[in-house]
Amino acid sequence: MLKLEARPQPSKLWSLASPVLALLVTVLIGVVLFVALDKDPVSGLQMFFWEPIRSAYALGELTVKATPLLLIALGLAVCFRSNVWNIGAEGQYVLGAIAASGVALLADKTTGSWIVVPIILAGILGGMFWAGITAWLRDRFNANEILVSLMLVYVAVQVLSYMVSGPWKDPQGYNFPQTKTFDLVTRIPRLFDGSRVSIGVFLALIGVIGTWIFLFRTRAGFAQQVGGLAPAAARYAGFSSRRALWVALLVSGGMAGLAGALEVAGPIGQLTSYVPAGYGFAAIIVAFVGRLHPVGMVFSALLMSMFYIGGELAQSRLGLPKSLTGVFQGLLLFTLLACDTLVNYRLKWKK
Amino acid sequence: MTSPRLHLAGITKSYPGVVANRDVSLTVMPGETHAVLGENGAGKSTLMKIIYGAVKPDAGTVVFNGRPVLIRNPQEARALGISMVFQHFSLFDTITVAENVWLGLSKRLSLAEVTHSIAAKASEYGLDIDPSRPVHTLSVGEMQRVEIIRALLTNPQLLILDEPTSVLTPQAVEKLFVVLKKLASEGCSILYISHKLHEIRELCNACTVLRAGQVTGVCNPAQETNASLSKMMIGAEPPLLTRRAPKVGVPVLQVQDLTLAREDQFGVDLDGITLEVRAGEVVGIAGVSGNGQKELLYALSGEDVRSSPGSIRIGEVDASRLHPGGRRKLGLHFVPEERLGRGAVPTLGLAHNLLLTRHEAISSPRFAGGWIKVRQLEAHAAHIIQRFNVKAGGPRAAARSLSGGNLQKFIVGREIDAQPTLFIVSQPTWGVDVGAAAQIRGEILALRDAGCAVLVVSEELDELFELSDRLHVIARGRLSPAVPIGDASVAKIGAWMSGLWHEEVQEHLASLAPTDLVGGQHA
Repeated sequence: MLKLEARPQPSKLWSLASPVLALLVTVLIGVVLFVALDKDPVSGLQMFFWEPIRSAYALGELTVKATPLLLIALGLAVCFRSNVWNIGAEGQYVLGAIAASGVALLADKTTGSWIVVPIILAGILGGMFWAGITAWLRDRFNANEILVSLMLVYVAVQVLSYMVSGPWKDPQGYNFPQTKTFDLVTRIPRLFDGSRVSIGVFLALIGVIGTWIFLFRTRAGFAQQVGGLAPAAARYAGFSSRRALWVALLVSGGMAGLAGALEVAGPIGQLTSYVPAGYGFAAIIVAFVGRLHPVGMVFSALLMSMFYIGGELAQSRLGLPKSLTGVFQGLLLFTLLACDTLVNYRLKWKK
Repeated sequence: MTSPRLHLAGITKSYPGVVANRDVSLTVMPGETHAVLGENGAGKSTLMKIIYGAVKPDAGTVVFNGRPVLIRNPQEARALGISMVFQHFSLFDTITVAENVWLGLSKRLSLAEVTHSIAAKASEYGLDIDPSRPVHTLSVGEMQRVEIIRALLTNPQLLILDEPTSVLTPQAVEKLFVVLKKLASEGCSILYISHKLHEIRELCNACTVLRAGQVTGVCNPAQETNASLSKMMIGAEPPLLTRRAPKVGVPVLQVQDLTLAREDQFGVDLDGITLEVRAGEVVGIAGVSGNGQKELLYALSGEDVRSSPGSIRIGEVDASRLHPGGRRKLGLHFVPEERLGRGAVPTLGLAHNLLLTRHEAISSPRFAGGWIKVRQLEAHAAHIIQRFNVKAGGPRAAARSLSGGNLQKFIVGREIDAQPTLFIVSQPTWGVDVGAAAQIRGEILALRDAGCAVLVVSEELDELFELSDRLHVIARGRLSPAVPIGDASVAKIGAWMSGLWHEEVQEHLASLAPTDLVGGQHA
């Protein structure tokens, strides 16, 4: 029988290289997959790994998709490091989008560009509120935060579809489930003409630095993580587990809400029932592939963004199903977990 | 000449990164009580598991009654006539003694037959136990009796006992020894694992000493001294402690009528605990584990803040509702029993583990945004590592990479280095090798001499007698009055461990036959 045996000293090099190895394995499986689908594997891989970085425009699009992924993943990393399993970032993202849209819809011709600030704040608060429900239920009734946060995703989607097909429906929208297009003044300022990249990128990079400082240089960030690593040690030290729970969920909810606001007031420009694009779930993979480290997540967010763009290109140019994106995301997480296991354990044949 | 009951030759077993046994030989004669002596981690338990078939050796031979055998699992060991009583019992709490024993036996017997044979074995060896009692109503000593009876029912030729006395009161230990001596006189061989030298010298007539997985000596313990045995065990004689007369000052910790319902189902309710620790003295709390020590320490450290107001005072301040951080500001530093996971975060480096209780390397630690000065933090950790002689790969070494003794030295060092005015420590030397234990005890006494109030909770009576100026005993959530160490004897403290310290109870017991005294563990 094959058995896993713990390695006495897992290799430092390999535990760092594990995400790279996982990516290579994912690519290899991808080649097999393309061949099995009767497509040229080279052009298939090109869609995923070359097209998204080929031109300045493509790089811009890559950034546009990576920004929400990174923002959400940063918040999730704080959560996961605190041993709080928020699986519902997607719902917090949707609520952030709804709240931001509520503010954006108030704007008219006379509004100044200051409106962008309340839009972003509304998004953050919306996400915090949604995550706060999970925190409260966990704190008050000891409800399982995995289940609660996940189920709240579906509630959030229902709230969204009520808003866009009810009170906020665009009267001139041919009955589509969407609001009117927001006034131009509400749009998150863009960095260059002709590209959809907005100042959201800066917010994400500030988030990277802020998260790094919080996690590795502040007393509160340390206390937060001890609760995740060793709850009894946190209690011994006197670090409050309730506080850690609330901080973790409010931070990740706020980050997801911010991503939602940047999305509706940025590339999308209106609230539609297509807002939930799975960023909240993909960000879980981003967080783990990036080793829950703020800098690592920059790379994994870009990688995951490549999968999104590659999937769309594979659909339009090669006639492959768009669900290939999901397949690649799943494969990457799976191979990463497998690589991590083999870095920490070795396989042994035992009678 | 008779052939040996058991003969091991060249036993080697290695685990990833550590050799547990290297070329170990061991010979046990029929009727011999053979001690296997060694420090924690010396490879005693692995060797016993090999004999019992629970672990397969990488190399070496096992000869039983002159016949080479290959023991693949515990069933085969039992079929050969080898039984083992583990340190941790494997009894189901919710069913009776007889049902527990029945579970492990051949299915051909009826429950009534099993009950009958339990009663027969029990009376034969004086192991007083009622087979119809549910296991959860038994004391730890009684559970051990059940395990021994279960082992004896297979009529073993070799009985292995793993640290059997660590959970017993001194009286229960004496009673156990009577049983073991009777068994040996009937020709049963006994392998007795321990690191308690006086027990081995009293009970055993042969001894194999292990150090770091290798045999470092074979002797007759009755002809050895504690010093010569420990020299074989650790390679050196433990340093002697020097005790000065205490200079007792003002009360630092005052516990007044602390009553606290258990937090978890299997805990113990604290009942009217009253206790005082003054500056410059060491107060010890003895007791068999699971009698409320854990709950009392949670209440004292602030990990449990449900104590009623006024019940715990540190200095002049009512601390009953203060969290650990608040109590630390009053000068209380506490070393918990569990080092990995409570006293230290296993995956974090030693430097970061300082931050659990120390704030020197944080600028403005009162604020959430207080900045961690990593270089200063690592220098601080390096200082503690050096001062307390911790063997570690530097301030960044993960806590879990240290041996138990070295981590304990680091944690004790971290708290002592904070210059506490009140120092509470639980099981200061549990699982720590003899050299490190002596060092830790020396540090505790030095702290006392510097005017700190010290409270030591321990299950090791020797340790408490060595350290304490006054002794309490905790039993079933109640605390005995304090005895000055000069008036305390092992016999008296042992009797108190059963909860029998009230004067009228003492008088009543004195009028009874001494044998009844020993059984006085149950509720």
